[in-house]
This record gives sequence, structure tokens and C-alpha cells, in this order.
Amino acid sequence: MSHTFTLDGKVVPFVDGQTIIQAASAAGVFIPHLCYHPEFKPHGSCKLCTVKVNGRHTASCTMRAAPGMVVESETEEINAERRALTQMLFVEGNHFCPSCEKSGNCQLQATAYHLGMMSAHYDHFFPNRAVDASHPEALLDFNRCILCSLCVRASRDVDGKNVFGLSGRGIKTHLIVNAKSGQLADTDFTLADKAAQVCPVGVILKKRQGFAVPIGERKYDKAPISETAETTEGR
Amino acid sequence: MTAKKKLKVATTSLAGCFGCHMSFLDIDERLFTLLEHIEFDRSPLTDIKTCSPDCDIGIIEGGLCNAENVHVLREFRKNCKILIAMGACAINGGLPAQRNHLPLTTILEEVYHTSPGLKNGMIPNDPELPLPLNQVHPIHEVVKIDYFMPGCPPSADAIWKVLTDLLAGKEPELGHGLMHYD
Repeated sequence: MSHTFTLDGKVVPFVDGQTIIQAASAAGVFIPHLCYHPEFKPHGSCKLCTVKVNGRHTASCTMRAAPGMVVESETEEINAERRALTQMLFVEGNHFCPSCEKSGNCQLQATAYHLGMMSAHYDHFFPNRAVDASHPEALLDFNRCILCSLCVRASRDVDGKNVFGLSGRGIKTHLIVNAKSGQLADTDFTLADKAAQVCPVGVILKKRQGFAVPIGERKYDKAPISETAETTEGR
Repeated sequence: MTAKKKLKVATTSLAGCFGCHMSFLDIDERLFTLLEHIEFDRSPLTDIKTCSPDCDIGIIEGGLCNAENVHVLREFRKNCKILIAMGACAINGGLPAQRNHLPLTTILEEVYHTSPGLKNGMIPNDPELPLPLNQVHPIHEVVKIDYFMPGCPPSADAIWKVLTDLLAGKEPELGHGLMHYD
């Protein structure tokens, strides 16, 4: 059965069971997001997709659409909150775009551009995180992890391997590799895994591929994320 | 009719590589148009060593890696009405900040004592040398910054856009294509 709700005044149709972000993307409306991916169960942790439903904040990736909802997304207030969340992600990790081979293809960076983030505003943590170069085919640079858990979900739910996990609590949450040694080389991870494809930032990288696409021709050089996001694919 | 008073612009490179200043020069012949509206005060381009007290715009390249950088930044803040952070290093520490997860002592030991070929090496301690900070800091952590131009370096077009927006009395805005962190 088809119903509708309004999103920034626009009438958006949905079917029973669809979340707000699913209905929005089907209607071609972009809502910023990082931990949401259309192929996976929502995690609801990054809060970038927060919207106001009938005046109350909620994550649009976990909230089911309901008839007659009044949803606000592209408002100055909500985008300022999204920008602040993005700035916190930047200062908590080590995000040095000039030396990152994901630059230009990175969802975090493209989202920050979309939100007009001119600086990280807060004091940087400059955490000390080791890289894992043990695997012959793939490199893990934990400095850039934003804890979206997409690799965790992909490895567990699609690959059936459980290579990755989030460990710790609160500010100490971090990505771990599920091996006694903690090293990627001691798992059955391969580049063919779904988990190797889903990292929105530059943590999971294929070795010997760095900077293959020149500046100016990378994904988000060509068009902003609002026009190229996964949510708008297949609409 | 009297000519409109030119705006005084001061620039400096702290813990930077001068790449942002090179990019600034890449506005090429637009420099002539710019010079109809501004005059340079303290800047590597003029070799003036201190800021006039009535600068309108200060442009800072690079982050803070030593005590002198902090001193210069504070001088700029004191003398410039508007302060702009130019480039990645000023905004997040950039490449120099890649040392931030290592203790300063360890770095100095390795660079001057324990690396191969440094048998009789010594850590420089001339009183004229500014003391390094324990960590490299973005400039907004020390003084208030009014505007940011991201990029490594920001492109000439991005620098031109920010300066012309300011000259026109508008909030500077970089759209898709001009906004880059790399």
C-alpha cells in the first residue's frame, strides 16, 4: 500500500516498511549519511542523516516512514548540526587529505564539502594509531576510521567471515581485526570480499593502486556527493 | 573624487612550505587587478618584517610548530582586522603535524643522534633558534580565525574567489570544484 509524507515541503511516496532515507532516495532526494548503505541493515550511529520528524530529531536511516509525517532535512539548523558532527569525526581521527589515496573518492570528505565545512573547528586529538600492512593485498589505515561499521556488517552478513569488529566503548571504540594476532594477514580476508569494497573513507585500501586516478577525474571531482551518492543509484 | 583607500594585506608562512604563497602568485595577471584594491604590508613578497597596526587582512599559511610561529601569529591577530587561514597546514597542521603522535624528544634523538652517520651529532640549541612545540597545532587553536581557505594548496581560483568576495563585502564562499582539502 502506498502512502506519502512531506520532506522539506515535497510530497514523498513510500511503501510500508521503508525508512525515511530509503523513501527519500527513491524519490531522488539526498540526505547526508555515512554509516548508512542501501545494501545493509541500518546501524544508526553516525547521525549525519538526522532529520526532524514532526519537530523531533531522529535518524532517517532507522525511522520508518509513516503517513502524513512532516520531515525537515535541508534546514540551516540541521545542516549546522551535521557539520558539527562531521567536524568531530575529523578531529577524532587523523584525516590528512593531501596524503590519503582515498581523497576525491572519500564520502567523509565529500560530505564535508557538501556541508561547507571550512575547518575542523575543534581541537584535534592527533591520536596514535598504527597501520596494518600485514596483508599481501590490502592495507588498513586505522587513522581514518569513522566507526561506520560497514566493513563489520559486510564481512559478517555478506562474506560470512567476521573479519572486523568494533571494540571498546564510547570515545574508546575502535575497529579491530578478528584474529589472535590482530593482524589482517591472519584472517581469511580477500579483496573479493564485500568488506573490501564498502569502506567510505581510506581505511581499507587495495595495495599498489594508490593515486591511480588523477586529480580532477576522481568521483567527487566530477560531481558533488548530493548527485552521486549510493542512495540515488538505481532510482 | 578621491580614490578609494587601498586595503592593507599582510601575509606570512609559518610551518608551511610556501606552496600556498606560490598558489597565490598563480592568480597571475589578476595580481594587477588585485593591486588596484590592495597594498601588501608585512609579507614575503615585500620583505617587510613587522605588521602595520592597521592591516585589514592577514593571510596565514602553515601551522604552529615552534614558539616563533605563535609569536608571529599573535602579531598578525593583533594588527589585522580579518585573519584568513590559507591551506591545509594552517587549518589542521598538515604534513608537519604528522609528527604529532611521536614524543618530541624521540624525534630530535633520531634526527640528530641515532640516524646512520650521526655519530657525533648534537641537538641544535643556539639561543636564536625558536623552541619547537611538543605538537604542531592548527592556527585556530591559538587565535580566532575569521575565514578558512582549505586546500594543499588552495587553487589560485579559490584564493581569488575568497579575496574578491571579501573585497566585494561578501561572505567568501567556495562551491564545488573550488572546495578541496587536498
